[in-house]
Amino acid sequence: MDWRQLWEICSAPDNVPIVGLIPLLIFYIYLAWKQAKANDELIGELETSPAMAKTHHRKTWPFRPGWQKEIHVWPFLLRIEFLAAIIVTIILMVWSITLSAPLEEPSNPNLTMNPAKAPWYFLGLQEMLVYFDPWIAGVVMPTLIIVGLMVIPYIDTNPLGSGYYTWKQRKFAIGTFMFGFVILWVAMIIIGTFIRGPGWQWFWPGQTWDHNRLIYEVNRDLPDLFGLTSNLAKAIFGAIVVGGYYLAGGFLVHALFRRYNPKDYQRMSLLQYSIMMFFWLTMVALPLKMLLRLAFNIKYVWITPWFNV
Amino acid sequence: MPEENGNGKNGNRVGLLERVKAGVKEDVQSLKTDMPAKAKEQIEGLKDPTKTQVFTSIFRHKHDDTPRNRALGVLSNVFLHLHPAKINRDAVRYSYTWGMGGITFYLFIVLTFTGVLLMFYYHPSKVQAFRDVLYLEHDVPFGKLLRNMHRWAAHLMVIAVWLHMFRVFLTGSYKKPREFNWNIGVLLLVFTLLLSFTGYLLPDDQLGFWAVTVGTNMARATPLLGHEGPFGKMLGMTPYNDVRFGLLGGSIVDANALLRSYIWHCIGIPIVASVLMIVHFWRVRKDGGISGPAPVMLTSEADKPRRKVE
Ligand code: HEM
Repeated sequence: MDWRQLWEICSAPDNVPIVGLIPLLIFYIYLAWKQAKANDELIGELETSPAMAKTHHRKTWPFRPGWQKEIHVWPFLLRIEFLAAIIVTIILMVWSITLSAPLEEPSNPNLTMNPAKAPWYFLGLQEMLVYFDPWIAGVVMPTLIIVGLMVIPYIDTNPLGSGYYTWKQRKFAIGTFMFGFVILWVAMIIIGTFIRGPGWQWFWPGQTWDHNRLIYEVNRDLPDLFGLTSNLAKAIFGAIVVGGYYLAGGFLVHALFRRYNPKDYQRMSLLQYSIMMFFWLTMVALPLKMLLRLAFNIKYVWITPWFNV
Repeated sequence: MPEENGNGKNGNRVGLLERVKAGVKEDVQSLKTDMPAKAKEQIEGLKDPTKTQVFTSIFRHKHDDTPRNRALGVLSNVFLHLHPAKINRDAVRYSYTWGMGGITFYLFIVLTFTGVLLMFYYHPSKVQAFRDVLYLEHDVPFGKLLRNMHRWAAHLMVIAVWLHMFRVFLTGSYKKPREFNWNIGVLLLVFTLLLSFTGYLLPDDQLGFWAVTVGTNMARATPLLGHEGPFGKMLGMTPYNDVRFGLLGGSIVDANALLRSYIWHCIGIPIVASVLMIVHFWRVRKDGGISGPAPVMLTSEADKPRRKVE
């Protein structure tokens, strides 16, 4: 156990934000979960007793008749805003006094940094470079993430859970988002920060970075496993595998979605449904491809003269 | 020549002198009596500065603690009038919004302030940039604090935007009628990350240089538009005319890249982001304020078709 190495990674000034992000994220997930649970309990109660549902004010906080429904922004909101600004300022001041921003040697194109890491918020994408070619990890994925986020409001047709925390009413949406944000985005950043060392190799926390370590990985391509040699055969094979994934996966998701989200299924138009399917399957393809690589040393699935997937 | 009375004496003049004497005496007297009275009045006035003309010209209403004035205090202030006068009593619970949107905005203000101060000491040129940062760190009064604050506020802003998006998602706040504002938000997220990224290169040290090299190397592989990307070669892409060249102003991260980074970081993106923030806040109001905490909805109530199906 190399504590020194671990400390050096955790205390590198530009890594401190991630060290901070982890407890913050845990705290806010807890806070959201607590409120979702309370709301779900209330919803359960109201669903079973229609009489109560007619009169209840429908929040978990108390409300008595005679209480004003609205309050003045000044002072009740502004005081919170001012207080928040003061607290943030204090945190920033203390942080800036105790910890200095990094400044390395002057830039030198002839002296490669190893590992050369992107800023921490892009490390998830850099981690994807291990499993995908740069045109996918660096260009297609960011584009899909942005477009995928943008279409969310237009494909989520579930009217429930608008304006309050809940889990039971939006299991699919929340599950998907948590998977994308917490597992695929934040966890990859954590791996990129704490685990990846020189040569972008995997070093467990506390393992000493060995700059001379070499790993002999024999990576195979899926078409090779099937004994395909000609370019044309490889291209067609890959197209079939990728297309097959979308078709078979789409069918499986369709079977499950129809059963477990019948109302959303009914509400969604063909366009909405296909867009959701595409993004969902593409997102799930990431960990699958990672698995292929980690468990079976498979590098490419689809090989063409122009691009490889 | 005017000779009105012929006695040869300057009778008139004597009269003038006396009048002047009397006048001066009066003036002195007034100083003795009026000034203390005025001074007293002035001091009395200071006890309530809200009645002075200067004050009333700035603040257009009284500040007694009445509901009307509480509302006016918000509505008649250009910075506060994005708020309504009154909001739902539960909307101030920070367990709901976590205050993250507001904190993001506040950090943006902090960054603008510290950033402008940093600009006084920084030249975006290969010769100067790194030295300017050293100078800031060692010689400029509070320079190190300034640089640290700018750096950490930038990191915090990235975290705050993510958490803001996370809570907006978890509360379903992107649903009707807020779909468009969610999209403005996604753009803000992208620009926040780009702001941070373009700033990373500016110290011109190894850290920023290699981070930006790694980052922009991916642009080489852009499909169609990068010289190493799928179909790039077929479209005649070379290292000297592809998107990466356009981003860096060259085929390597060098002086032009530094200048481009600087201009995007200090001028281009902040302007775009500010405009988007204005739209974002405007839409929060127009979409009916914060989405919640709303009364919970039951499954049976969601079945009513939202659009009429013919
Ligand atoms: C520079 C970045 C951003 C700033 C300064 C900002 C600021 C704000 C503020 C002050 C609010 C009021 C409520 C609150 O504080 O939570 C708000 C609401 C909102 N924001 Fe943002 N935001 C930013 C980025 C985003 C992002 C990345 C998204 C989503 C992708 C987003 C989506 C929304 C939506 C949908 C609302 C309405 C929420 C509701 O009604 O509950 N914003 N934003």
